[in-house]
Amino acid sequence: MLITRRAEFSASHVCGQSSLTPEQNRELYGLAANPKGHGHNYVLEVTLEGDPDPVTGMIFDLKMLKEVIQKNVVEPMDHRFLNYEVPPFDKIVPTAENVAAEIWKRLEPQLKGERARLKNVRLFETEDLYVDYAGAGQ
Amino acid sequence: MTRVTRRYKFAASHRLHSSELSESENHELYGKCNNPYGHGHDYVLEVSVAGPLDSVSGQVVNVLALDRLVNEQILRDFDHRYFNADVREFSGDLVPTSENILTVIESRLSAGWRKTFPGNWPRLEGIRLQETKRNRFELRTN
Repeated sequence: MLITRRAEFSASHVCGQSSLTPEQNRELYGLAANPKGHGHNYVLEVTLEGDPDPVTGMIFDLKMLKEVIQKNVVEPMDHRFLNYEVPPFDKIVPTAENVAAEIWKRLEPQLKGERARLKNVRLFETEDLYVDYAGAGQ
Repeated sequence: MTRVTRRYKFAASHRLHSSELSESENHELYGKCNNPYGHGHDYVLEVSVAGPLDSVSGQVVNVLALDRLVNEQILRDFDHRYFNADVREFSGDLVPTSENILTVIESRLSAGWRKTFPGNWPRLEGIRLQETKRNRFELRTN
């Protein structure tokens, strides 16, 4: 059985590689390469998979899931400029793909030893663009 | 593997009518969708693309390139058009149901894919077409 919890955060970013010229970055990332950055209202959907506990009837306590997401993702990223304030985006490009993978990295260890396992991270950068990441090798 | 999904919109009209069926059979089968002058929808198209994450660019797919492909192959021909008269695949006997529209979209995207994405990746994983808020059609292509 799957359960999904949604969270939101607003952040700014700029997409570009220091090894490329401004023109090359513009070609690759489009408007997202504008040097001073821009922002999004990111919407995150975290999906867990597991069997309900026969006593509690729950796969995982949704209140706890909310706290885990809040502490590990929303608090560090909300109202921040990802490139300047949220490692590893000082070193890697904060595309939606990389942000989704980073969120997976932050959440997955928090669920070790629980009945539920992290099944999918879906990150909407806008209503018209989202990324699904289900861990390395998936 | 990471999957990226991009959403597009187009407005188009169609009429469901099969040349294999009689007038009354068409009316019986397609109901209002068989009304003689056609009708339209604000279609929502989702294109899902999968591949390994390029560690340098941070991308699975260059969304700008995907947008260009979808614009050239689909939106330019479909948006603000009447499927039965304006879109070549539907000018003959093929009925522009959402199922058939999805199949045409898949074939048009596949035809332009290699030119846009010359390597092994990314791959087209699936397309979804929403005709109205109450129905959605999905074709998995992986």
